[in-house]
Amino acid sequence: MQALRLSAYTLTSALGAGVAPHLAALREQRGGIVKKRWETVEFDVCVGEVAGLDEVALRDDLAIFDCRNNRLAQLGLEQDGFIARVQEAVARYGANRVGVFLGSSTSGILSSEVAYRQRDPQTGALPAEHSYRETHNAYSVADFVRRFFDLAGPAVVVSTACSSSAKVFGTAQRMMAAGIIDAAIVGGVDTLCLTTIYGFSSLQLVSPSPCLPFDGERNGISVGEGAAFALLESAEGTQPGDILLTGVGESSDAYHMSSPHPEGLGAQAAMAEALQQAGLVPGDIDYINLHGTATPSNDAAEGAAVQTLFGNATPCSSTKGHTGHTLGAAGGIEALICALALRDGVMPGGVGTQSLDARLQCNYLLSTVERPLRHVLSNSFGFGGSNCSLIFSLAGA
Amino acid sequence: MTTIYLEGLSLLGPGMNDWAEAAPRLLGQQPFQAEAVRLTAPAILPPTERRRAGTAVKLSMAVGLAAVDDAGADAASLPNVFSSTGGDCENCHSLLEVLASDDRMVSPTRFHNSVHNAPAGYWGIATRCTEASTSLCAYDATFGAGLLETATQALSAGKPCLLISFDTAYPEPLYAQRPIPYPLGVGMVLSPVRTPASKAALRLSFTQEAVGTMEDEQLEALRQSIPSARSLPLLRRLASGEPGREVIEYLDGCHLAIEVTA
Repeated sequence: MQALRLSAYTLTSALGAGVAPHLAALREQRGGIVKKRWETVEFDVCVGEVAGLDEVALRDDLAIFDCRNNRLAQLGLEQDGFIARVQEAVARYGANRVGVFLGSSTSGILSSEVAYRQRDPQTGALPAEHSYRETHNAYSVADFVRRFFDLAGPAVVVSTACSSSAKVFGTAQRMMAAGIIDAAIVGGVDTLCLTTIYGFSSLQLVSPSPCLPFDGERNGISVGEGAAFALLESAEGTQPGDILLTGVGESSDAYHMSSPHPEGLGAQAAMAEALQQAGLVPGDIDYINLHGTATPSNDAAEGAAVQTLFGNATPCSSTKGHTGHTLGAAGGIEALICALALRDGVMPGGVGTQSLDARLQCNYLLSTVERPLRHVLSNSFGFGGSNCSLIFSLAGA
Repeated sequence: MTTIYLEGLSLLGPGMNDWAEAAPRLLGQQPFQAEAVRLTAPAILPPTERRRAGTAVKLSMAVGLAAVDDAGADAASLPNVFSSTGGDCENCHSLLEVLASDDRMVSPTRFHNSVHNAPAGYWGIATRCTEASTSLCAYDATFGAGLLETATQALSAGKPCLLISFDTAYPEPLYAQRPIPYPLGVGMVLSPVRTPASKAALRLSFTQEAVGTMEDEQLEALRQSIPSARSLPLLRRLASGEPGREVIEYLDGCHLAIEVTA
């Protein structure tokens, strides 16, 4: 495929707002998952919560979009000079030539969860101030970002559970290859809500302590929240040190709604396709950011898939122990962790993981390693058997 | 901007149980009467899933299978795009009710069916399709977004792709905020190149021109209230077999012009 340049990017999660706190946490191997009573949840739960969302005020003209998810979107956009970089691109290409492709799994459903508690006891009606379209509907965050920048080009939300904001890189790449747009804002935003906390609990997939990816004692995820944004442009004019998207691989398990194929066949297909698109072989990949959710079956399937394709030498780790599982934002967050890994030569050691599962034969990093990297791969796999692998490369390396 | 070739087409909605019923009604040759949509659980789903299948799964699978059949294609070989404003709205409402109740223990099945890509997941399981699959939402622009994604996916993959655009209705109280009167779905198999299976060439571009409407009041009401029915002017053109240009609603200031030729 035609490589694309990440001309600007920013991420916000439980590790903090913007690139700097993320890089520091990756270097220092520090996580942001805490155990607490969240919202009206009736039990203590380990969450990767973003600080300060209750205080975020949306821009006045976009107040109708007010919900936790769009507050996180705005907080995320405001970091690292991202807004100015987008505005420059809009000035360069025109408002109709910049697309918005964002991933989210649950969007602003928390606002409907709260509104259902406040139904009129007589009529059952939702409170008058509830705005379904601007908060709960899956498109809400792309609508918000498109209006935030006053854009007039294509926009969509990809909602394929935990692969959502990895797959948007593919959508943008295809739209740009077809000549429909010149640049795209991609990424994802997902926030804590009752649906996921109670839902994953019902499947017995929530760890009682902060999650332990690839550990022999792992027993489930820690739900997190996050916002990731990248501006993608043509690779023309790439300078050494720029980060390039060089491969996108997508596949479906066609196996089960909430369990991966046990040998990770779909994961293998996605990784192989990404390598093929990038024109690379497994030995070219310096680091793999695993999906690594820390559920017993997910990590076993991914470990098997990685071993089949890469053997057991390629350094890899999951950063879910740092951020929690940010679900629909995870693909975007981890894509940008890969960008930081390339830019600063950092392979993050896993957080939480103490003793590796001896059955998972891969080179899982228990401590952070700093050295120059050329090509890294990021995995994202979701419910419904939706798989996506991305490859990022350092220009001039 | 982009040209793709239509190989298979389907429509299922109120008073239109298949394309053969729909075509003369879209053309005004037979009177249209909106009636409750008849949906059956597809035989290709495993028995447990078939029993549990709700409107979203039944509808999306029916329009997908009909489009694949019309194209004479093999479902397992087609990368696919599921586009829907709300996915499985009945399931979403049930989860919200439980989460607002005194006993918040949600059903694990309801939870995994709550992901927007649940119908796509069931499609993969039923058809054994391991190709790329995506699930989209763009509120009222959901059909246009799905068409663009499928066209660019087909061009990129160099092979035909399947679009399944479908919408279901919320019960109250969300119905009041999102009044979708009937389930409706549209299926299309789109190829990047002309083949013997090609029925029409579709040339897509963006425009700010006004969108086309339906002469029949009831069909126009459907067009305005169901995102997937924003496709009706294009489907009417395809039913006529005549070349011509249609503008369908997409996003503010950015509609889709579609030049249909043989």
